[in-house]
Amino acid sequence: MAVMTLWEAVNDALKTEMRRDDRVVVLGEDVGVKGGVFGCTGGLWKEFGGDRVIDTPLAESGIIGAAIGMALYGLVPVPEIQFGDFIYPAFDQIVSEAAKMRYRSGGEYTCPMTIRTPIGGGIRGGHYHSQSPETYFTHTPGLKVVVPSSPSEAKGLLLSSIRDPDPVLFMEPKLIYRTLKEEVPAGDYTVPLGQARIAREGRHVTLIAWGSMVSICQKAAEQCAQDDIECEIVDCRTLVPLDEATILESVKKTGRAVVVYEAPRTSGFGGEISAILAERAIEWLEAPIVRVTGFDTPFPYALESLYMPEPGRIREAVLKVWNF
Amino acid sequence: MTPDLLQVMSEPGGATATAAPPDLSDADLRKLYRVMVLTRLLDERAIKLQRQGRIGFYVPAEGQEASHVGSAFALGADDWVYPSYRDPGIALLRGVPVVEMMHQCYANAADNTRGRQMPVHYSFKKANLVSISSPIATQIIQATGTAMAMKIRKDPRVVMTWFGDGATSANDFHTGLNFAGVFASPCVFVCENNGWAISVPLEGQTASASIAVKAEAYGMPGVRVDGNDVLAVYAAAKQAVARARAGHGPTLIESVTFRIGAHSSSDDASRYRDPALCEAWKKKDPIDRFKRYLTQKKLLSAKDDEAVHKSCADELQSAIEAAEKMGPPAVSTLFDDVFAQRTAQLDAQHEALKDALQRGVVSKGHHGEFPL
Repeated sequence: MAVMTLWEAVNDALKTEMRRDDRVVVLGEDVGVKGGVFGCTGGLWKEFGGDRVIDTPLAESGIIGAAIGMALYGLVPVPEIQFGDFIYPAFDQIVSEAAKMRYRSGGEYTCPMTIRTPIGGGIRGGHYHSQSPETYFTHTPGLKVVVPSSPSEAKGLLLSSIRDPDPVLFMEPKLIYRTLKEEVPAGDYTVPLGQARIAREGRHVTLIAWGSMVSICQKAAEQCAQDDIECEIVDCRTLVPLDEATILESVKKTGRAVVVYEAPRTSGFGGEISAILAERAIEWLEAPIVRVTGFDTPFPYALESLYMPEPGRIREAVLKVWNF
Repeated sequence: MTPDLLQVMSEPGGATATAAPPDLSDADLRKLYRVMVLTRLLDERAIKLQRQGRIGFYVPAEGQEASHVGSAFALGADDWVYPSYRDPGIALLRGVPVVEMMHQCYANAADNTRGRQMPVHYSFKKANLVSISSPIATQIIQATGTAMAMKIRKDPRVVMTWFGDGATSANDFHTGLNFAGVFASPCVFVCENNGWAISVPLEGQTASASIAVKAEAYGMPGVRVDGNDVLAVYAAAKQAVARARAGHGPTLIESVTFRIGAHSSSDDASRYRDPALCEAWKKKDPIDRFKRYLTQKKLLSAKDDEAVHKSCADELQSAIEAAEKMGPPAVSTLFDDVFAQRTAQLDAQHEALKDALQRGVVSKGHHGEFPL
């Protein structure tokens, strides 16, 4: 198996699927000749040509709207929104059109498409290159939301997303685009949507996270291990559909839950997870559910390392629920 | 430069033909007429049904029959259409039985869209008619996307989409025409300029001299046609479709017409619009005008016309009777088609609702009984 970074794994998945299925087309800003601002679509234009790797005009709603028309027709588009922070002009096409097409047409028209977009902070990107907007989309019936946490996860989940019969928003944590390397299975390799994974086993406290926060939780768990607190980490992988069973099983085992997300605290998706635990696992809980999150501020530039959850704040939360 | 208004059917003291009649058989002309009459009668009946509380909502299309039926007539059965919500004649023209449209308006168990949308938001895959949206202009860029896909797949089909003058202010009009221009997509954009976007007149939407002139900015031809002249609309659309099919790219057609009715059954146009305007436009009624033309050409006698009206009225009557007999969609359909397969969450929510209904704890409100 080759060792790859996350962006290389995304690139590998795209190539794999485009070779397998000639209905797959990639479209977006700078995805063709340049190969994407992070390189994720590098080499595709050369291999598959301009009909299948399309440099579009600069309009996010246009990229998604056109992709919807392609999907309705029978292609399998993989549109890219260059940064998650730029996705809002396409919000209407995503939530009111792509996500609703199957339902509103009584199942006659469907929109199998995978919208790829980089999200999250940690690259000194300021407010417009760092946001984590997943919650806006998890509140949208008809749309699946996937956030991979490592290179091999990214490849397996992206291939499943592209083959999924419904629209998927695939959010790539750019903090780990280049910093995380691991072995990635060659060729066809899928990770099913809707199944969480135990990223680390432990019996004392459950950490629940997704995307780049999974590796931050790993660091926190290593620190906690020095205090003989064994953390279990649940990597949600897909926020919609959420694998509630795996989360509940872990929390029922440990009796303690810390939910970690990078987005602003209020109404973040971790609030939903907290509510699920409160509704369905309260009799197993030994301590209050604690959230470690970004702040209710716009994403900052100079102070981003203070804004983002880091191992110290997570360890503090673990100690709080452990010592409760 | 704003192009001249294309007209085919001259009118005494009114329109003067600027183009020759298109090459249509007598049967074609009669078919066009019948669909326009059926569209009008559907409109009249549906508004009454709404007023009687038998359907929940309606969007009248009166006065715009020539505009959307005439343009759609230039397409083949395999081509794709993305109508707006004011274009019921497109479905009728493409062979959708009126009873299926009535099922949709009644949102009943036989509605192919399973009661998920307000009336007139049709979706008929068998007619390549894409599910109609309420948000304005969203279909324009989607139509472009389908046309882009056809070009990529070297499929000789074309796409046509319809929208109002208000839509030309929306983002998706710009992106739709811009993408189509850049990629030379086989797409025909029909703006039914009916003068009003609910209460806002055209001059409140744009300072352009016309809608057609906007085509210039997207690198495509802009055509301006008398939208109440079905033959002129057809001729313009035919040329645009041929152009698209030949690989020469998109066209913007501005079809100049008038919304005789209110925006919808929830709107009262007398609050913002001088009724005298409507009276003036009623004299230019597209169906009356076509009837005069056909009568002159000896293609339609008074007796023929009566027969057309009677057969359309009968078809409607039996459609309404059939739609009224159907009950509402089953409760389980509430949770279907969110995704191809239900999630665990949807299953759990369905079970909880079913249980609550069975135990009689859900207030029925105005909905009455639903089959489980």
